[in-house]
Amino acid sequence: MSEPILQVRDLVKHFPVKRGVLFRRTIGQVKAVDGVSFDLNKGETLGVVGESGCGKSTLAQVLMRLEPATSGTALFEGQDIFSLNGSALRRLRRDIQIVLQDPYTSLNPRMTVGDIIGEPFEIHPEVAPKGDRKAKVRELLDVVGLSPEHVNRYPHQFSGGQRQRIGIARALALRPKVIICDEPVSALDVSIQAQVMNLLAELRREFSLSYVFIAHDLSVVRHLSDRVGVMYLGRMVEMGTEEQIYEHPTHPYTQALLSSVPVPDPSLRGQREIIRLTGDVPSPVSPPSGCRFRTRCWKARDLCATETPPLVDPGTSPVEGATWPGGDEGASHPSACHFPEEKPKVVA
Amino acid sequence: MSTEGHPAEPPNESPLQDPAAPAVVQQGAEPLLAVSGLHVEFRTREGVARVLNGVRYHVDAGETLAVLGESGSGKSVTANTVMGILEMPPAAITAGEIRFRGEDLLTATASRRREVRGEGIAMIFQDALSALNPVFTVGFQIEEQLRQRRGMSRRDARKRAIELLDLVRIPNAKGRVRQFPHEFSGGMRQRAMIAMSLALDPEVLIADEPTTALDVTVQAQIMDLLAEIQRERNMGMVLITHDLGVVAEVADRIAVMYAGRIVEEADVHSIYRQPGHPYTRALMDSMPRLDQRGQELNTIKGLPPSLTAIPKGCPFHPRCPMAIDLCREKDPELLPIAEGRVSACHRSDELMRDE
Repeated sequence: MSEPILQVRDLVKHFPVKRGVLFRRTIGQVKAVDGVSFDLNKGETLGVVGESGCGKSTLAQVLMRLEPATSGTALFEGQDIFSLNGSALRRLRRDIQIVLQDPYTSLNPRMTVGDIIGEPFEIHPEVAPKGDRKAKVRELLDVVGLSPEHVNRYPHQFSGGQRQRIGIARALALRPKVIICDEPVSALDVSIQAQVMNLLAELRREFSLSYVFIAHDLSVVRHLSDRVGVMYLGRMVEMGTEEQIYEHPTHPYTQALLSSVPVPDPSLRGQREIIRLTGDVPSPVSPPSGCRFRTRCWKARDLCATETPPLVDPGTSPVEGATWPGGDEGASHPSACHFPEEKPKVVA
Repeated sequence: MSTEGHPAEPPNESPLQDPAAPAVVQQGAEPLLAVSGLHVEFRTREGVARVLNGVRYHVDAGETLAVLGESGSGKSVTANTVMGILEMPPAAITAGEIRFRGEDLLTATASRRREVRGEGIAMIFQDALSALNPVFTVGFQIEEQLRQRRGMSRRDARKRAIELLDLVRIPNAKGRVRQFPHEFSGGMRQRAMIAMSLALDPEVLIADEPTTALDVTVQAQIMDLLAEIQRERNMGMVLITHDLGVVAEVADRIAVMYAGRIVEEADVHSIYRQPGHPYTRALMDSMPRLDQRGQELNTIKGLPPSLTAIPKGCPFHPRCPMAIDLCREKDPELLPIAEGRVSACHRSDELMRDE
C-alpha cells in the first residue's frame, strides 16, 4: 500500500500564447500546471479537486503523455515517463490508461463497441492474440456491467452511463496498473453517477488498480479517494488523507471550497457558515505573485504577496509567526499557506 | 387526473384540514402561476415522445418552488411551455392549462403572451454563453427590451442597464456595459443574464439550472444573489435543478419529476425527512455526500424509460424496489399523503409509515 507507483515532482506545463499572423510571437504563457508534486501509492485512489481552469485536466494529459511536459519529472515504477521513447513508451501506455469525461465525444461514432474496446489489442497485439480478442472484448463488457450481446452496437445506441462503461472497458482492456479518471461521472445524472462510481470502486478492488481521480465535485471525490489533493491555479495547495482534507482542512481555499458545497439537508439551512469568496479566479497567464490565492483570501497579508508558500506540513512551518493549533496529530498535513489554521466545522 | 392545482398556502401556516379536499383552498387565493394537466408531445421520426404527461405545479409570490428531476424528466420542457418558447412543431401541447394570475396563457393571443413574457414571467438559462448574443454588447441586450417594451430613450435605457448590472454586483458596471459576452467570465455572464431577466420587473422568475455550469464557489455567489433579489422583490421563483444540495438550501417546496410527470410534491423539510415516493427516496440515497464517506452508494437500477415507450402502469415500476402487480397495471394518481404533500405511488402509505 505504501509503495509509490507514480512519483510526480515539480511538474510544469506552460502553453504559449501567440499573437500576430505573419510574425508569430509568443506574448505570454498560460501557466496551466506550475510545479505540482505528489505520490500515488499502489492500490490507492488519489483524488484531485479544483475549480475549472485550475489545471487538473492538463495534469491528466501530461501524465498520459498526450501533452509534453515543460519541465519536471514523473516516475512510474521508478522509470521516468517523460524520457521514454518508442517501444518503452508503448509498453508504458499499457500500464497507464485514462477514462475521459464526456462519454458522448470520447467514443468514435463510426466504430462498434467491439471495435472500440478491441482497438487497444490492435496496437498492443502481445496482450491478446488475434483469436482471443473477441472473447476478451465480451469478457470486458461483462466486467463493466454491459451485456456481451451488445458488442456489435454503435455508441449512439447507448445511454450516457452505458457509454461511460464502454470507456471504462476500453481503459481496462490492457490490464493497466494506473487509471487516470478525468471527471468520469460529471456528465451523468445522480442515479447513473452512483452506478458508475460503484463500478469504479469495485474494479479497483478486483484488478488492484491505482486511480488518479480528477473531479470538481467534492462529494464524489471524497466518496472514492483515500488521499486528496486540492488544486488552485496550477498549484497543489493542500494535500492529505480524505479525513484530513475534509475534516481538518487548513488552507483557506480548501475551507472556502468545502463550505460552499450545498448540503442536502434543509434542517442545516442557515446554520453552517459559508465562506463566500469574492471575485473570480485570476488568469493563469499572469497569476498573482506569492500565494496565488491571496487576491481572494481573507487572511492575506503583505507576506503572501512576496513569498510563495511551499506545500509543507505546517508542523514544520518555515515561516515565523505562523500559527498551528497542533494537538491533533492526524490533522497535520501539507498545506501551502503561510497561515494554516484549522477551522471548526467546515463541513456540516 | 384532477385538473386543479395544489393547495395554495405555505404548508406551515395552514391549519389542520382535510387533505382529501385540496380544491377548496384553490378558490380563495389564486396562485401567481399555476400549471395543471399539462401534456406535451414531441412528434419525431422515431414516433411520438410523450414528454409531459399531466404536469401540475404552482408558485406564489415570494415563494421558491424547486422542480427536481434527472435529464429527460421534462423539467425544462415544462418551463419552456410556460414561457411559450417551445418549438412547435415538433412539439405539440395536447392538453392542460397554464394560469398566470388566473389567466390561461395557452388560450391567450400571441401579443398578450409576448406582454407576459418578460414583464410577468422571465427566465434565465443554464448556459449563459449560448443564451446571450455574441455579436451585441451586454448593455445593448439589456437595453433592447427597455427600449422596445418601455419606450425608453437610448440614454435612459443605458442608465437603467448600468443600474441593473450594479444590482447583480458586476464590478465596474459602467465599463462592463459596453463589453461583449465573451469578455465576461462564466459567473459574470450568469449575472448579466439575471440582470437581463429582471429588466422588466417580472413577478415570476424561472431559473433553469442557473448554476449547473458554474464552479461551487461561484454557484454560492449566484444562489445568494437570486435569493436576495427574490426576497426584495417578493418574486415567485421556479428553480429547475437536478442538484439535491442546492434544493435543500433555497427551496420552500419541491416538486419531483419523473418521465414527464410530477411524482411527489412537498415542503422541503418534510421531503428530506421522509420522502413519500420510492423515486425520491432512491434519488436521495444514491447521492454521494460531502459529510459522509460511504462504502457503497445505493443505486437506482436500470435507466429512465424512453419517452416513446413509457411502460404501462407506474412509469417507475421497472426500477422500483417496492413494485407490486398493481404498479404494473395501474398508473398511480397524484394523491394527498399528508398535510400539504402529494405523491403518485400505490404504496406511499407504507413509505410514510415506516421510518
